[in-house]
Amino acid sequence: MSEGRVTLDELKAWLREFARLVAEHRDELTSLDAAIGDADHGTNMDRGMAAVVAAGLLGDTVGAVCKHAGMTLVSTVGGASGPLYGTFLLRFGVAAGDVVELDATRFVAAMRAGLDGVVARGKAEREDKTMFDALAPGVEALESGVDLPFGDALRAAADAADKGRDATIEMLARKGRASYLGERSIGHQDPGATSAALLVRAASTTLA
Amino acid sequence: MKKLINEPPDVVAEALLGVEAAHPDLRVDHQHKIVYRGDAPRPGKVGLISGGGSGHEPMHAGLVGLGMLDAACCGEVFTSPVPDQMLEATKVVDGGAGVLHIVKNYTGDVMNFDMAAELAAAETGVEVTSVVTNDDVAVQDSTWTAGRRGVGVTVLLEKIAGAAAEEGRSLKEVADVAREVNGNGRSMGIALTSCTVPANGKPTFELGETEMEVGVGIHGEPGRSRAPLAPAKEIAALLVEPILADLPFGRGDRVIAFVNGLGGTPLIELYLMNNEVAKILSANGIMVSRSLVGSYITSLDMAGCSVTVLRVTEELLRLWDAPVRTPALRWGI
Repeated sequence: MSEGRVTLDELKAWLREFARLVAEHRDELTSLDAAIGDADHGTNMDRGMAAVVAAGLLGDTVGAVCKHAGMTLVSTVGGASGPLYGTFLLRFGVAAGDVVELDATRFVAAMRAGLDGVVARGKAEREDKTMFDALAPGVEALESGVDLPFGDALRAAADAADKGRDATIEMLARKGRASYLGERSIGHQDPGATSAALLVRAASTTLA
Repeated sequence: MKKLINEPPDVVAEALLGVEAAHPDLRVDHQHKIVYRGDAPRPGKVGLISGGGSGHEPMHAGLVGLGMLDAACCGEVFTSPVPDQMLEATKVVDGGAGVLHIVKNYTGDVMNFDMAAELAAAETGVEVTSVVTNDDVAVQDSTWTAGRRGVGVTVLLEKIAGAAAEEGRSLKEVADVAREVNGNGRSMGIALTSCTVPANGKPTFELGETEMEVGVGIHGEPGRSRAPLAPAKEIAALLVEPILADLPFGRGDRVIAFVNGLGGTPLIELYLMNNEVAKILSANGIMVSRSLVGSYITSLDMAGCSVTVLRVTEELLRLWDAPVRTPALRWGI
């Protein structure tokens, strides 16, 4: 993985691709949320990521671009997704620092920092049926892919995130509005895990 | 979907223009989607702000005014407001005595208010205390859920804490009163229909002609169980009994009984329900000192109701009776 590099332009491409995927899956995300939540996840994430792209991904460094994008999400999304995805990008940006290029190791460390930020904000644990259940396997796959070519590690991460997303179907929700349903939350795929899998998938197609 | 709207994304902004036109004693910040008391900040008075997703009107914007909230932060429909809004409202309403954040216990609301309080601490010298409401007995209060939802008690708390602030009490004292209200109130609701979020255009869940959703929240999130439709007296028992058992309420308790419409139920049915609720309370030796009947914390066009029972002391009753002048609650003036 040591030869891997993420330039500032690639990082911006990643965020744009995430925005595109969120827009493409907007109705699906909202329908998943209607089943176990409050039917706004697709609408909210699309509004937020469209705002991030519309704001022009300003900044001369990875840290600056991510901080700006994170604050835009916090300020436009609302709900739980705004603070969670916003915190992910803010922490990612702090860990990445004021650089114009990340090597693979630093990219993975920034992903870990973002994930830790999500946990700090949302207090989610494994198998609570949240975005954590897709994002964490993705980050873990990156961390265990140190010996792989960077592109292979990214694709393995996207596959692991998809698998984590699928595994939420059988989980009993213990966080967020879905937790109010108790047993009735079983059998439904978590919308937050679904959007988190898109974030990792977008990384695999733009950074590899 | 049949709604009196123009474009779904404009619903909240256009409704706030209507609020402004109807209530000249309120001030509306359209950029931040905040409704203020016209005379905020009041020097020396603790500022009270609340907020949440829109679609629950009159809560919270209709509860802004003398004796209640100083500001309400309006999110998108069923989506909590963002930290920028609460930060701005906190700065504006601070009269030097600090600001109380009244937060309903939903994951998003709690996170956004938390971020706002962190930003307020970092950027301003304003002292902020948060009180979270979580009165819904339909949800198990356990570490395995997001905890109980904040529902009907929020309205009663904003009135009573608002009166305490109006009397010039300190931030700590106002927060203590607010926590006392939350600790002594319990609620539960049922839905006869789903609601339709404007941006989605179709009902959030499907409910058959002869079904009802028991233990429903205020965002169209499904409840704990689905049951066959029953007569009002049986529905009242279904709601009141878990409430009484939970606190628990006892014989001789004095209470405020609040029968709340969820948006699509006519007042005549709410009064009918109030009669059934009163009978059950009376049969349990509980004295209804005050009643509130009407639609105050709603879920868009959902038909159904919630019941809130709040155990009160003489002092809480006195604060309840204190003057209030807001679009939705107004007496004693």
